[in-house]
Formats: sequence, structure tokens, C-alpha cells
Amino acid sequence: MDRPEEEGARPSRRSVLWGGAAAAGVGAVALSGGDALIRSLRSPGEAVSADQVHGDRTHPFHGARQAGIATPPQAHARFVGVDLREDVDSDGVRRLLTLLSDDAARLTQGRSALADTEPELASCPAGLTVTLGFGPGLVERVDPGLVPDWLGPLPEFDTDRLEDGWSHGDLLLQVCGDDPLTLSHTVRMLLKDTRAFGSVRWSQDGFRRSYGAEPQGTTMRNLFGQVDGTVNPEPEEADFDPVVWCGEGAPAWLRGGTAMVLRRVSMDVDEWDRLDRPGREDSVGRRLDNGAPLTGEEEHDEPDLDAMTPLGFPVIAEYAHIRRARSEDPDERIFRRGYNYESEGDAGLLFACYQRDPSRQFVPIQRRLDELDLLNEWITHIGSAVFAVPPGCAEGGFVGQTLFEA
Amino acid sequence: MTLTARSLLIPTALGVSLLLGACASTTPAEEDTAVQEGSAAQADLVSVSDSWVKAAAADDGMTAAFGVLANEGGADAVIVAASAEEVSDMVELHEVVSGDDGTMVMREKDDGFSVPAGSEHELSPGADHIMIMGLARDLEPGAEVTVTLEFEDGSTHEFTAPVKDFEGANENYDGDHGDSDDGHGDH
Repeated sequence: MDRPEEEGARPSRRSVLWGGAAAAGVGAVALSGGDALIRSLRSPGEAVSADQVHGDRTHPFHGARQAGIATPPQAHARFVGVDLREDVDSDGVRRLLTLLSDDAARLTQGRSALADTEPELASCPAGLTVTLGFGPGLVERVDPGLVPDWLGPLPEFDTDRLEDGWSHGDLLLQVCGDDPLTLSHTVRMLLKDTRAFGSVRWSQDGFRRSYGAEPQGTTMRNLFGQVDGTVNPEPEEADFDPVVWCGEGAPAWLRGGTAMVLRRVSMDVDEWDRLDRPGREDSVGRRLDNGAPLTGEEEHDEPDLDAMTPLGFPVIAEYAHIRRARSEDPDERIFRRGYNYESEGDAGLLFACYQRDPSRQFVPIQRRLDELDLLNEWITHIGSAVFAVPPGCAEGGFVGQTLFEA
Repeated sequence: MTLTARSLLIPTALGVSLLLGACASTTPAEEDTAVQEGSAAQADLVSVSDSWVKAAAADDGMTAAFGVLANEGGADAVIVAASAEEVSDMVELHEVVSGDDGTMVMREKDDGFSVPAGSEHELSPGADHIMIMGLARDLEPGAEVTVTLEFEDGSTHEFTAPVKDFEGANENYDGDHGDSDDGHGDH
């Protein structure tokens, strides 16, 4: 149900060039003050195609699962952690979630929210999704017995340098979209409906390449220039669902939902500058140009962890990130949907991942990386939060309704 | 969230008590008759969408309801009164007009709200709205308020609106309005 409504094929080189001509035309019109010019720039009958104007793309809000997880990653994201006020009880949680779901149902479809003071800012959804996640503090307000055992702070890792101001939270608002203005307006509307119930604990902005800059499905690059996320189940693949979506083993209210771990990983880009290219590739075990393992040619080639150099050293070092992240246990996999961040002199990765049970998926992977991963020389986890992401809702319902039906 | 807005062909127990309590000019029997006489009751032809009520504490005393009224009928529909029995026994139809000194003030709209045939009439902050006074309780964000519209033909239309936290809709009260000019400019 989370399949996007993608209109048209990806832009061809020619249509991209045409887009550039049209954009130049717009600039010229602004200067000349007439619209005859832009008409003259276009050949007769040529309309602005969906390849060039993509603001009306929508993803369904209502459905069995929340959008924003299996949805192809949009260019921009904001993750907002909210602390609920102490006096917010079960009824308060219900009222809050009802309001947020209504806002999201409207805004993701390009309609203004109720009491929207800037309705014009809602008219360009550009692939907008709103995803709600619950910390233990929210679930407890409804019923402490409904908190899954994994929903809480992760175990401590030696290399963690967590800051409280980037960690935890009772409610997560994950807003993703291909238009930053729409995203900003959406977050503002959601927060206007949140302020009577709580306050913002942290807000984290993330970015990838802009929409259409690369073919959809291209693995993202992080700020170290690395192809980041090659080994990742694809929503179309059969093994995606069992990795990501909660099933029989989860509390009834969470079935069809997922567990999210959000880590703020600071990356020391200045220290990274000191490392030469072979050293950079050695630390990860992949080539920088196309992300191929050092034992392969193409990005998705299977790494050969037994391959040796003529001198008898492993080609993919014992300390290399991809060796340490791997597991023989098929349960120890996660779905990553991260974003780069830059803020106030710091840069890094908003490592967002989704799974059935973090204690059996994210934690063992991170434990191995914590013990040994050369990348730890340049990266530091400074924020950490875990959220239960409930299933989606039908029209007329609200996200989190299953909490109240348990 | 779906905002169900349905007209009451048969007054429910709530509707009856509501009319007795708040709309002394119309008896339940009259309303019943008006609705059943023909399929063209105004209440059946007018729908309410995107309705909401500004959050307010009982101490604030007043608030307002907004939304979009759409008339599918071939004749204008006129709303002559509104009620919100659960939260107030004083609900009026208000407009916002330019006062004698040029400032915008709100006052009761004596002719009611006319919804043109085949068209819409929007109730919004700074314009026509349903004024809810003498709040009996706090209206907290996310709660729901049931509002009943009464049309000139006596038919009624009930809708449920969510309560929204909203900073605007702070029109000044028209000083000429009865005994209500005692300084509570906010609503």
C-alpha cells in the first residue's frame, strides 16, 4: 500500500535539458514582466510535463502500514522528538493522535490542515509523508502493560557519547518530502497541534540528493563520500517484510507496525580529510567510486571476506566496517533509511533504521561495530532514540488507535 | 478523521432536548414536520465540511466554530440559528464588520448566514462564524463539539467539529452588543 504514485518515467536527459530551458524562461519572464515570452520559448502544444513539475506527487496516508518507511526515501526529512506534559493522560494521548492524524491525512494529500493559517503552503505535497512513532512515555500513558520490552533506551555502547538533548522522547514526528517549504509548513502545523500536549525535545533535519538528481533507487552517499546503505532489504523483496514489520511476536497493537532506532552519528569530516583514499576505502572495505567491495567490481557484488593479498593479509580488513557489520544470523538485519545532517558546525548521519525488534536486530550489529570498526576513529554516536511505529489507520481512524483497542 | 455531518430526519432524544433548551422559537414538532414535508429541506441540501472550533477554557467564556457550508440545492439556504447544547446555551451567528472607528468588530448577524444555491459559504476567523458564548466547560484540543444548525424552514443539521489550538480569531466584540461589552475582547 505504500507504493508511491510515481507519474511518468524518470527524466530523460532531453527532458532535463528542457526543464533547464523552461527555468531560464521563468527567470527571463520575471525580468520582462510578461508571459508572452515564456509561451514563445515553448514549442506549440508543449505543456510543462510531470518530469519537470513534480510537486503534486502524493503517497497514500491511510492504509495498513504507515507511509514513510517502505516509501522511497525523499530528499528531505525532519525528525522531531516531543516530550509530553506530565498531565497528559490516556484521553490526552488519544486527542493528540487524532489531531495529528487528521493533519497528516490532509497535508500529505496536498490539502490544508484544519485551521491552517497558510493553506497555500499545503498545495505542493511533493511526495510528503508523515510517520508517527511512540516512545515508552506515550505508551505508558495509555497502558504501561502495552510497552514492548525493547521500547526504551538501548544498552550502552563503549564508543557512545550520547547527549540527552539528542536522545529519547515520548513522541516522534517523522516528516519526509521532496519540497523543503512544504516540509517546514507540515512540521509547523503538526507542532501547533502538539504544543498543548508537550514540547519539542529535539529536531533533526536531514537531506539526501534533491529529487530527480539521480535515478530513484540509487544508494545514497554520506558526507564522507561513501556509498552508504548497499546491503539493505528492498521493499519489493520477499525478505523485507519479516525484517521490518512486527508480527505475531509483537504486542497486538503493534502488529503491522515496526520499531525504529534513530541514532545521530557525528562524523569528523575534518579528521577524515587527513586520510588518503586507500585508507578511506580500507576502513570500510568498499571502493569510494561505486561502493563495490574491495574484492569486487560492482556495488552489489558479494564481498569475499576470505580473499587475501599476496602478502597474506585479508583484502577486506578485520577492522573493516562491512566485515564487522555482517552477521551469519539472518535475524540480524535491519532496514536503513538514513539522512545526512549538517548543523551548527557539526555534520553526520541521521541513522534511521526499522526492524521488528531492536534488541535482536540493531543491538547485536551495533555491538560488533562498537567492539571493532575502524570507522569509529571518525564517527561518534551522539544521539539515540527508540520508537514503536504503530500500523497505519483507515480513513476515519487515527494512528495509534490500536493502543486503545488492546 | 471523518467529520460526520448529517441532517436529522428524525430528531433524536438529544436533538429534542437541544431544541427545547436552546431554540425556543422552534418546537420539535415543527421541525419534524418541516423535514418530513418534502425532500427539499434546506438541512438536507447543505453539507458542512472542514469544521473546527477554537480551543478555549471555560474561563475564557467564549469561542467560535468555523467550516465550509455547501448548498447543493437550487435555492438559497439560510441558517437562522445554531446551538451547541453540550457546551453552551448561548450560541449566535456572527459577522465581522468595520466599526465606526474603522476597526474590525464582530456582531450578531441578524439575517443569518445565507448559503447561495449551488455554492458555498465559508465560516472563518475574521469573517462569519458561529459564536459560542458562556462556555460550560473547557474545550481542549482534540475534543469534539457537536453543533446544530437551524435553517429558516425549521430543518436542522448537526455536525461534529474537532477542537483546534488556534492563536487567531481574536476579533473585537462590537461595543453595541447588549451587555457583552465588558472587556473580554478575546474569544
